[in-house]
Amino acid sequence: MNPLYAARRRRDVLVRALCVAAAALGLLWLGLILWSLFANGLAGLGLDVFTKTTPPPGATDGGLANAIVGSLAMTILGVSIGAPLGMLAGAYLAEYGRYEKLSDVVRFINDILLSAPSIIVGLFIYIAVVQTTGGFSGYAGALALAVIVIPVVVRTTEDMLLLVPNQLREAASALGLPRSLVIRRIAFRAARAGVITGVLLATARVAGETAPLLFTALSNQFWSLDMGAAMANLPVTINNFVQSPYETWRQLAWTGALLITLAVLALNIVARVLGAERKLK
Amino acid sequence: MTEIARTALTRASPAQETASRARALAAFKLGDSTFYWMTRLAALAVLGVLGGIILTLVIGAWPALQAFGADFLWTQRWAPQLQPDPVLGALGPIYGTLLTSFIAMTIAAPVGVGVAIFLTELCPESLRRPVGMAIELLAGIPSIIYGMWGFFVLAPFLTDHFQPAMIRLFDGVPVLGALFAGPPSYLSLFNASLVLAIMVLPFITAIARDVFATVPPMLKESAYGMGCTTWEVVRNVVIPYTRVGLIGGLMLGLGRALGETMAVTFIIGNSFKITGSLFAPGTTISAAIASEFAESDGVHQSALILLGLLLFVLTFFVLAAARLMLRRIERRQGG
Repeated sequence: MNPLYAARRRRDVLVRALCVAAAALGLLWLGLILWSLFANGLAGLGLDVFTKTTPPPGATDGGLANAIVGSLAMTILGVSIGAPLGMLAGAYLAEYGRYEKLSDVVRFINDILLSAPSIIVGLFIYIAVVQTTGGFSGYAGALALAVIVIPVVVRTTEDMLLLVPNQLREAASALGLPRSLVIRRIAFRAARAGVITGVLLATARVAGETAPLLFTALSNQFWSLDMGAAMANLPVTINNFVQSPYETWRQLAWTGALLITLAVLALNIVARVLGAERKLK
Repeated sequence: MTEIARTALTRASPAQETASRARALAAFKLGDSTFYWMTRLAALAVLGVLGGIILTLVIGAWPALQAFGADFLWTQRWAPQLQPDPVLGALGPIYGTLLTSFIAMTIAAPVGVGVAIFLTELCPESLRRPVGMAIELLAGIPSIIYGMWGFFVLAPFLTDHFQPAMIRLFDGVPVLGALFAGPPSYLSLFNASLVLAIMVLPFITAIARDVFATVPPMLKESAYGMGCTTWEVVRNVVIPYTRVGLIGGLMLGLGRALGETMAVTFIIGNSFKITGSLFAPGTTISAAIASEFAESDGVHQSALILLGLLLFVLTFFVLAAARLMLRRIERRQGG
């Protein structure tokens, strides 16, 4: 074979091998992380986890009931504040102000907020809410999560509304439907699956967020449904238990991590399946 | 609408009909402008969030800014326990943030782009979706899981097996010897950098894959048709075509690495001293805030907020540059 061809071929094979190795490495991490989560987390998974509250230092039994409930409450409240706001803003960007200068600015800022460090959001809510109301609270935690939800939902809502064909809007307008109803009843209905996907992805994103909760919701060792006070939640509980010397706490940290990961993976998969169905239609 | 329907059914007199029609139209008009303003206010709220973040951080950081001024940036000492005048400097966390992000990116960028090339050029069609989805799921795992896994699994492994080997290998070599100076430590900048690399890897892959997908198939097919190898197509067609977007994607990954908190907090050691060795404990801006903020007050707390402000400004510029670059690729794709 011509030596030039041989050299080109050698280089090609080498690069291909490196790419395959990179992909194998990437999947290896996923496998390793999931394996350690299951290996360590399953051992502690029992009914106690869901029925007992987080144990005091040194205790040998306990669960995560208060943390699970706190996480659920804050995530649900955060998403139900953030998602409607995000949808409305997304509707403005895609429908009313599609070609406005203002929308360009909002879009740009939104994209930056989308990847801004989440600990900054924690600081923001700490100064704006915790300091002014005088204490850590579940509400502050939910607000911090809402701030993270908004940009995700704005982005997906806008993208999904842009996919709705203009003929649908024109047909509705020609029948005399006012603009707001064209958007609510026609555009949003056509984009429904996509918008729901966005909300689910946003929920998955905040379900495991720790940094913004560290000094907004703080944590609470006891059973509490009072969102006006410091509230237990899974991520911060894991954070506190990981570095502890107590075996029970470490075990609960692993179990909590497994629960969060399963929830996040399930949300992601449901969102993707919904998203894929929309594309097939 | 229901009102019009009801009017039609009851066959009202023409005068009544006009009146109810006017009422219905007025209701529509009100609903229309209400909805318009609701959406517009929501859009403005996005700007409000940014404004609120900047405003609150500046207000919170003001006492520290007044106490330390510009010296804050190049003071290494971090002594909040000194009373009444604590000495606080940001040099340690800034150094740790930049160093860990730099190491993480030098590992994750080539590997991440390699995986993206594998996904777009080499992977058999049937594997493309599952592998792509696995990578996306990996990107969705919360960062505290990475941090925890790093603390319990990766750090012990690296410290027992990898670090001693590196220390022996580079012992006595100038520069590198100092960089890889012992003793091995669970809590180290190096371990944190690796966890960070694993965390941003799927993120970079997902963006690089999307960017590579914007290359028109015709261009690649022409190159293959001329007899180019896969590597030559990637090097001479795919990468030049997507260069701006690819750099944008990498910077997005960098923005993420700079601000990441939970993946590094457990294993970085929270030490503000700069030793020059990668195997020594250190800290990053976000790790310092995460581990000290809840127990801080006064100037100490204000200094932590100032650190947060620095981090926000830093990531803001990195992310803004990244978005501008990605936007150019999107626009080209849009036509």
